[in-house]
Amino acid sequence: MNMLNITVDPRKVPEVAFERSPGYWQTVGGRLLRDKVAMGAALVVLGLLVLAVFGPMLAPADPYKASMLSRLKPIGFEGHPLGTDELGRDLLSRLMVGTRLSLFMGITPVVCAFFLGSLIGIVAGFAGGPLNTALMRTIDVFYAFPSVLLAIALSGALGAGITNSLISLTVVFIPPIARVAESVTTQIRGRDFVEAARASGAGAFTIVRVHVLGNVLGPIFVYATSLIAVSMILASGLSFLGLGVKPPEPEWGLMLNTLRTAIYTQPAIAALPGVMIFVTSIAFNLLSDGLRSAMEIKS
Amino acid sequence: MTQPSNTPDATTSMHTAEAPFVDIRGLTVTFTAGRKPVRAVDGVDLQVKRGEVVALIGESGSGKSVTLRSLLRLHTPRHTKMGGQMRVGEHDVLALSPSALADYRGRVASMIFQEPLLALDPVYPVGAQIVESIRRHENVSAAQAQQRALELFERVRIPSPERRLQAYPHEMSGGMRQRAMIALALACRPQLLLADEPTTALDATVQIQILLLLRELQRDLGLAVVFVTHDIGAAVEVADRIAVMYAGRIVEEGPARTLIREPRHPYTLALLKSRAHGALAKGSRLETIGGAPPDLSALPPGCAFAERCAWAQDGCRQSAPEPVLLAPGHQARCFRTDATKATAPTVPTPAPH
Amino acid sequence: MSSASTLLEVRGLVKHFPLKKDMLGRGGGVVRAVDGVDFTVRAGETLGVVGESGCGKSTTARLLMNLIAPDRGDIIFDGAAVGGRDLSLKAFRRQAQMVFQDSYASLNPRLTIEDSIAFAPQVHGLPYQQAVERARDLLARVGLEPRRFAERYPHELSGGQRQRVNIARALALQPRLVILDEAVSALDKSVEAQVLNLLLDLKDEFGLTYVFISHDLNVVRYMSDRVMVMYLGQVVEVGEAEALFEAPRHPYTRALLSSIPSMDPDRRTEVPPLAGDPPNPINPPSGCRFHTRCSQAQPVCAQRVPTLTTGGGSHPVACLMFEPGSGHTAAPASVPAASLATEGA
Repeated sequence: MNMLNITVDPRKVPEVAFERSPGYWQTVGGRLLRDKVAMGAALVVLGLLVLAVFGPMLAPADPYKASMLSRLKPIGFEGHPLGTDELGRDLLSRLMVGTRLSLFMGITPVVCAFFLGSLIGIVAGFAGGPLNTALMRTIDVFYAFPSVLLAIALSGALGAGITNSLISLTVVFIPPIARVAESVTTQIRGRDFVEAARASGAGAFTIVRVHVLGNVLGPIFVYATSLIAVSMILASGLSFLGLGVKPPEPEWGLMLNTLRTAIYTQPAIAALPGVMIFVTSIAFNLLSDGLRSAMEIKS
Repeated sequence: MTQPSNTPDATTSMHTAEAPFVDIRGLTVTFTAGRKPVRAVDGVDLQVKRGEVVALIGESGSGKSVTLRSLLRLHTPRHTKMGGQMRVGEHDVLALSPSALADYRGRVASMIFQEPLLALDPVYPVGAQIVESIRRHENVSAAQAQQRALELFERVRIPSPERRLQAYPHEMSGGMRQRAMIALALACRPQLLLADEPTTALDATVQIQILLLLRELQRDLGLAVVFVTHDIGAAVEVADRIAVMYAGRIVEEGPARTLIREPRHPYTLALLKSRAHGALAKGSRLETIGGAPPDLSALPPGCAFAERCAWAQDGCRQSAPEPVLLAPGHQARCFRTDATKATAPTVPTPAPH
Repeated sequence: MSSASTLLEVRGLVKHFPLKKDMLGRGGGVVRAVDGVDFTVRAGETLGVVGESGCGKSTTARLLMNLIAPDRGDIIFDGAAVGGRDLSLKAFRRQAQMVFQDSYASLNPRLTIEDSIAFAPQVHGLPYQQAVERARDLLARVGLEPRRFAERYPHELSGGQRQRVNIARALALQPRLVILDEAVSALDKSVEAQVLNLLLDLKDEFGLTYVFISHDLNVVRYMSDRVMVMYLGQVVEVGEAEALFEAPRHPYTRALLSSIPSMDPDRRTEVPPLAGDPPNPINPPSGCRFHTRCSQAQPVCAQRVPTLTTGGGSHPVACLMFEPGSGHTAAPASVPAASLATEGA
């Protein structure tokens, strides 16, 4: 392995098989697959997604069918494995069918905020100077509001309904994502390889596209996935307050609201939608934690 | 006043009347955190007498820093397997219980690091850190400890010491921080000072100051010092003896003068030859060592340097060489020391004064 | 001196970094990182730049590459002002490239080696396939087999290998000037030797000109034709490497060179040549900036700023001891203005 006496013909290097290494994301994927906790969480998330898609088909009973005779039946009641709610609807079916809406309310605002927040944050981080100040201080104004308060205020102003809650939740999540994006971009911007790219005469757009995006989107994405759980809880909260989903749609937060009165008579039933929110939040959080660990590849 | 030169009689090997203060026999350190275990130190024997300075030279992966840190047992116990025997004074380092270890560190042996900013706590003034260390090990009042800290600062030649005791690490310049770290290390009067590349990150004019300070302190306090560095020049300035490490083993060891003037191990020879220095003709190329250091998780059965060695023969690849005594106090792990005897290394010219 | 053409000329380069004041008006002040630097680089030579922390050598490198905008001063490349009418910044960047100290931070961890090298040529219009071919060609030239390394990622390479990649990347635009900012400082000695040999080979093969910045004086002496010594943002001495190392004139240069370890156990240094730490460029001393630590300082040194003159010696030095009529007792007597030559450094 003589590294110094260069005898290779420089003109044409044969196009034979080159030793490839797995790309960055493949390496991350491999590490993630070996993380047992993250994989367990991933299975749970997968199950939830299946429920979200196929819920209506898999549900044993009609989630909308009310029956005043079968109100608030306990767990294990005949024909209703998880009991019934205050209108006599089968709870198991409502929980299963409710997955779709609950997950939708959790994931969609985060996805939208990811795009918008990253755009703002990356531009601010890369530009620096007055533009950065202008953008980030505006973001700070929104960031200063507690998220629940902001969500409620916006929802209230826009009016109840799913679309409006989605909009207000997106607005709530843009500031934290933008802050993370700006912070990561500023770090990357100071690295020598970005300086080297500037030194080779590349323009700002090229540098951002080739050098910055690949390095910042990962960490921002990981942060965003940790917000999914929060989004679900906030959406549930909005529904709980009557600002989000309208009855009789099954959605876990709404179900928590309407089952409130049953806490004294059937506490287990009343807690069940909360359990679903809890399980989903934990699964997403563990998955995003695992993703973050997998992405910390040291040389 | 020059140093007395190291005559062969003055240095000793293992059979001496005065037992060495530091006695390492057959030290092995294996890291088990990754997929394959990594054998960072592969059988190191080292003796250091009281008042003696031994320099450990090597490149990345040679095991010099790992050896040093083993003397304070600084590696994470869960992922490290240590074997062999290490005695410092009357302490069996590997057998120390956690509380005995805490007493041993700072009191018997203490360490200075390459980057003071990482070694000093950024939220406390430097004086407070010294006082804390003193009071951990000795039963003195705060005022007495404060006085000791002041004396230490004067000892390490920090100007305006009273003021500097209140300074935070980031408020001090690089050289001063290094001095403060030395003061902290000497606070509890240890008998063994371990130095892990303490001058590597310093400017040339500051480096020579710190090296001279270390020599002076060592002389005045009678410390035994183990000095790890990759810079042979720095080693020559401070050390009585030099040990060269490669792939987790000491491949050559001897008095500083002998090692520089008459190295016998092929790696030492190659290392000295590849140094850029003033005597080289302009435009000539440096003599480099081909190949790359071995993978420490898959060490070859024979001599670890064999595949890069200009003198290697078949026997070298089959079994690892044992130390060969070349002169009193000078030994090398090599089968081919007869062949290397004939090679004269380039004698570097002294720097202009 | 030979009549080699001047490739790079720097005149009066100045860069100050303002410090923020806090709310109470404290702090403030200015870091005078580079404070009036003049030098030239001849085509085909290696100019070594030495100095300690705070001397401004890294800032100078970045100013040369226009990674930081200078406050004042001219940079003239091959006769044309950089950024002026005849030489746009982008065109200049094709001709001057830089290799940084941290080999890992200099490479985008998400790009393969060949993509990193091929990036710059593509920016300047070369189609992707040709850029990749050039990248592979360069990899071979720096001693990394393309088949083994082209499609790898930076974290899989050792420090020395990464630095070779950085050198290949710097050569991708076929520049004439390469600035090496502590390019070998972070490498093991044996690897450093290999990379230094490589740099010499490439210089011969491509006819490059180097500005070699390093704190390792032995390496600078080995690599350089001429050497420039900087202190607190200014040039204090510049001259042919051998002459400067054998007979340094400026007191700072002499102290710096005496700080090199002697490599001789029988002749160790006993007294440090210089006391204290390199000072902060925030409030530099008045007059000659070195006078606070200089063993030869006299009162005039605090009042008068020395200029870079030959003063009858072999090479330019900025010290009142060599400036005729400066007022320093060691200075030669005044010489008629006609014979005073501020030699093109």
